[in-house]
Amino acid sequence: MRAYVEGIGLLGPGLPGWEQSRAILTGDCAYVASPAVLTASPLLPPAERRRSVPTVKLAMAVGAEALEQAGRDAATVATVFTSSSGDPDTLHQILETLATQERDISPTRFHNSVHNAPAGYWSIATRCREPSTSLSAHDESFQSGLLEAAAEVAADGWTVGLIAYDLPYPEPLGKVRPITGAFGTALVLTPQPTGRCLACLDIDLSRGDEPVSRMADIGLEALRVGNPTARALPLLAALARVCAGGSPERVVLDLPPSGRVVIRVDAPCC
Amino acid sequence: MQPLALSHMSIVSSLGAGQDATLDALHTGRGGLKPCSFETVTLDTHIGEVDGVEDVRLPDNLTSFDCRNNRLAEMALHRDGFADAVASARERYGAGRIGVFLGTSTSGILSAELAFRARDPRTGALPAAFNFATTHSTGSLADFVRHRLGLEGPAFVVSSACATTSKVFANAARMIATGLCDAAVVGGADSLCLTTLYGFHSLELVSPTPCRPFDAERSGVSLGEGAGFALLERADPNPAPGTVHLLGTGESNDAHHMSTPHPEGLGARLAMERALASAGLRPEDIDYVNLHGTATTYGDAAEDQAITGLLGARTPVSSTKGYTGHTLGAAGIIEAIISVLALRTGLIPGSPQTRNLDPALRSRYLQANETGRLDRVMTNSFGFGGSNSSLIFGWAA
Repeated sequence: MRAYVEGIGLLGPGLPGWEQSRAILTGDCAYVASPAVLTASPLLPPAERRRSVPTVKLAMAVGAEALEQAGRDAATVATVFTSSSGDPDTLHQILETLATQERDISPTRFHNSVHNAPAGYWSIATRCREPSTSLSAHDESFQSGLLEAAAEVAADGWTVGLIAYDLPYPEPLGKVRPITGAFGTALVLTPQPTGRCLACLDIDLSRGDEPVSRMADIGLEALRVGNPTARALPLLAALARVCAGGSPERVVLDLPPSGRVVIRVDAPCC
Repeated sequence: MQPLALSHMSIVSSLGAGQDATLDALHTGRGGLKPCSFETVTLDTHIGEVDGVEDVRLPDNLTSFDCRNNRLAEMALHRDGFADAVASARERYGAGRIGVFLGTSTSGILSAELAFRARDPRTGALPAAFNFATTHSTGSLADFVRHRLGLEGPAFVVSSACATTSKVFANAARMIATGLCDAAVVGGADSLCLTTLYGFHSLELVSPTPCRPFDAERSGVSLGEGAGFALLERADPNPAPGTVHLLGTGESNDAHHMSTPHPEGLGARLAMERALASAGLRPEDIDYVNLHGTATTYGDAAEDQAITGLLGARTPVSSTKGYTGHTLGAAGIIEAIISVLALRTGLIPGSPQTRNLDPALRSRYLQANETGRLDRVMTNSFGFGGSNSSLIFGWAA
């Protein structure tokens, strides 16, 4: 499946945006981890801005960065949201409340608990009525979202915003499901090359057991294995190198039980 | 879209386990809603609880997946010959060529709810027996079903609230169209839990009496649970008589509000229009619509506007949530299967508790069963976040 990358969003520990992080991903600048700063999106109406939970803030930040770079009206772009979990803080608070006698859940908290809450806020903010999927596949959530987005590009000919995000749980869930930092990334994928294209992806499923791509930097590698969405890092690093004029690269992402997602990353002209 | 053959399906709801039990309930008007006595819940409401979930045992190698949601899935996999049908498809296509695209809204969160009640009073730790990845985790359902059926194709969960097990038909159609799969298991499960019972209660959307879709005195939803699966395969150019096809899918967003539908049903109408366009059909080609129809004041009114605006007031429509309750993330597959059963048998289901139709609603809403030949049926599913999905099934041409 071929898809052209028109925009990239990134927000994670020590990675405060795609443009600011490119030199870190190419290895030209040192990586220093520091917590990602999450703010409510200015695109949202005031009521929804107040009600934004961390997953909504993270997803909207990376989505908006990628769409802006693509120069597209977000109302015209289909979306695939992917995450291993719904909003961790919201789920924690609901579970704590349900363990009390009163079980008095707040209605806003309840609607924020649905896995597709970021997709709902996004569509309200961008006035987008195009199709949107919110999916989840535990540690393979990014890989599955990439397959779904590429399938929408290839089968339906849609321009798709892939928005992936994962945040840590508070304790006690943090112990049974450890997730490192808040990490989100977004790609705007199109079926045809345009003047704004940054790269070309050829995405396929493989039944092989070839080695999975890793990060050379110890800190980035720890992030890659610590946060499900950060499984995207080798692809982002390849995009950073190709966008800086590097030669085509092949990225291999894990897709258990018996597969790999293999992505050829090339300059957009080919 | 290229039509896909819906070759096998299975269903479990409060109406019973399997297609025959479901059809029997629809024929006789026997609903599944009862006063709520679920777990320790003390809400004045009726629910559609599935009998026998407590007695389900998962196979020894998959006991780590044990939770109410996966037990519901296990029940459905072994009804209507579904697991056997998938096994023979696996022989034909190979395990790696069959995808698994399932929906759930709350997965096994009941396990986490119980674990939070049993936290260590000193350390706050969850009980050692609680397994997040295989129960609470949203992706657990697809992982369980893939293991249970021995499939190795792409597998994920779509969790777009109450539209989710309708939307997975579109995911599967795309994956098959791109050649990543030759066939797909779609559907899913959503099980009763305190999060949704108390959550819908907090939104003041729960009816104290069994729900009455499209009734002038409707007073909100009755929650339920259920599971269902369908096997989708590329259509045979010379289909056998009686073959049912998935003809079209349509998805949209309201872009309006997190928990209230667009007042004119714009997103709902857009999903139906896209389903018609994807099937290459016109509005008058639809013989019956199984509505989302949850019996909330606003939701039914918005859907009525979408229906009458697009299809007019002649097409028979009904919601079967008076039978099953609103099975949330399972509603898409439960109602897709009921729609296909209607197509196959010519039984167009009525609506058990709906006594006085709301005069403000203009659709041709069926209170009692009707019979007749159906050629194409549509089913609607809408969810929080403004997520909308519409499917069209019909006889293979």
